[in-house]
Amino acid sequence: MKREHEAEALSVVTGLAAGWLAFAVIVWLHGESPREMAGLLVGGTWGTAYGAGQVIFKATPILFCGIAVHIGLRAGLFNIGAEGQMTIASLVIAAVGASLGASTPALLAVPLMLGCAAIAGALWAAVPALLRAKLGAHEVISTIMTNRIADALVGVALGLGLAEKGTVRSADIAKGARLPRLEAFLPSLRGSAANTSVFVALVVLLLATVLWPRSRAGREQWLVGLNPVACAAEKISVPRRLAEALIVSGAVAGLASAATVMGYKGYYEGGLGAGAGFTGLAVALLGRGRTSGLILAALLFGTLDQGGLALNAHIPRESMQVVQAVVIVAVALGDARVRAFMARMPRPAAAAKAQP
Amino acid sequence: MSALAAIFSASMLAQTLGASVPYICAAQGGVVSERSGVVNIALEGTLLSGALAAVAVAHATGSALLGVLGGAVAGGAIGMLHALLVVKGRIDAIVSGIALNLAAAGGTRVVLRALYDSSSNSPSIEGFRFGATGAGGGAMLVRAVASPLFIASVAASIAVMFVLARTRFGLRLRACGESPFAAASAGVDVDRTRVAAVCLGGALAGLGGAALSFEQHQFQSGMSGGRGFIALAAVIVAGWRPGRAALACVAFAALDALEGSLQGESRALHDVVAMLPYAATLFALAALSLRKGAWVAAPPAGLGRHPD
Repeated sequence: MKREHEAEALSVVTGLAAGWLAFAVIVWLHGESPREMAGLLVGGTWGTAYGAGQVIFKATPILFCGIAVHIGLRAGLFNIGAEGQMTIASLVIAAVGASLGASTPALLAVPLMLGCAAIAGALWAAVPALLRAKLGAHEVISTIMTNRIADALVGVALGLGLAEKGTVRSADIAKGARLPRLEAFLPSLRGSAANTSVFVALVVLLLATVLWPRSRAGREQWLVGLNPVACAAEKISVPRRLAEALIVSGAVAGLASAATVMGYKGYYEGGLGAGAGFTGLAVALLGRGRTSGLILAALLFGTLDQGGLALNAHIPRESMQVVQAVVIVAVALGDARVRAFMARMPRPAAAAKAQP
Repeated sequence: MSALAAIFSASMLAQTLGASVPYICAAQGGVVSERSGVVNIALEGTLLSGALAAVAVAHATGSALLGVLGGAVAGGAIGMLHALLVVKGRIDAIVSGIALNLAAAGGTRVVLRALYDSSSNSPSIEGFRFGATGAGGGAMLVRAVASPLFIASVAASIAVMFVLARTRFGLRLRACGESPFAAASAGVDVDRTRVAAVCLGGALAGLGGAALSFEQHQFQSGMSGGRGFIALAAVIVAGWRPGRAALACVAFAALDALEGSLQGESRALHDVVAMLPYAATLFALAALSLRKGAWVAAPPAGLGRHPD
């Protein structure tokens, strides 16, 4: 067990080191000083209350998606579809929010909107989930396809009347359905788009990492992820647990729209929140399924996102995507290396004897 | 002109063939890679990188041919990276693919800014210019069919079919894809065969990227626009067979051309047409799993498995 902790720590350290190295190389290629740019990056994010607020704002949808991907991963599933599930949920709650009466109290509107977001995400995930459970179709391929279909559906929905006349955005959602910005409570965050959806994300995170593994469904999903053959022998319905995991994952990804539609814009427009689903995959890989790990990973990628803007005058902010990719690869590489290394380690005598 | 006549016109056919080139090249790259047992969702990023490399080289040297070569080399490099990460590094092919797509999306923008100080597009290039001039349907069709890149894509399809079915390398490649264990025990170096296959596949997809940017006579950031995923869809719909994959690509390209002919129609209709390839793939996946029709084939049995 201890060795496993060390291995995990090692792969996270590898990831961060490789990310820093990639950052330094890119900065250096642009003829700037890595130390100076890192200073700018930190100063532009954590250096001011506004910057920190912006990081939290960027990290919120990423955290939602990271939790979503994590729920799939622990069952052995790759939910590449978080992106599309979030998009569909955004469309749905934009429509629901706009149709609510202007005087709807927040106490009613917010739970209703969150419920709709989760259900929309879950339903959109149900397509690949059923394909996987009933027909054995690989979830990666089908979620890639559902992502692209979701993208196209945005155009269809906006074109067929969701958009306000003459614009490419949906109508404003009811006032009661909006999540207030943090600046309302912390005046020093003025101007930052950080909003109370971050608390929703933290609650969902605790549910996912603390409560969910202790429920029967959550536990069995984890077991299915570890060893589906043994689970089938124990009469655990593997296809059912897999489908459930993907659907729950979709529900959480759908909730990410709370951060963008309810917390940030108050309406939906094409491209809002785009990319969070894929970054969520990086968060889940780096966060190792731990509560603190997921938070720190989301904050890291939020920092890169916001920091990219701070550096944009010196190096293109898209560089941060490259840094992100390097971190993903390095963490995965560290992981695979560590696993291969551990497999070659001599087993303790007792364990060796127990082998048939 | 009635709508039906517009759909079956020569200019429509020309547009379809023109649009099919990137799809066909990327799909053949996907076939070669996946038949060797390595899942390749990095096709999207490979197309994008190939497109930029082709324009950059063509712009710098003034030679379209060198540009195409540059696109293929860039694609091959990405394929090599994917192969090394997956085959040698043993990381999950999906993770590697997503990371490479992300790196390509960001990296091409960074390079674009560095080379041409623009965040959206490159300066325009000549590309290949030849054949009948004129805007008539017939002239367009001649230009489309005689285009070197179209000919290259057809040649690539035939070559992939031949290599997979008739050569020693192809047999080994398929063996690695179907059963890496058996291939390894028969003395095939599975890792090396796969690296070669994925690298070759990347080069083919890079060629497709060159076709993409040469068609537009410039590079635009994000110009692959999901085409790599459509090519992947074509591979799956075709049951991982190169000939059928090429036909599926032409069918998907026809939808592109159809979408292009909907000028002035509502955006919603555009998007309905745009989602058809993906919906078709979902249906194909379902049919594939049901095994009801003989027209769908199973994926290579060793897809994503390592020989140890």
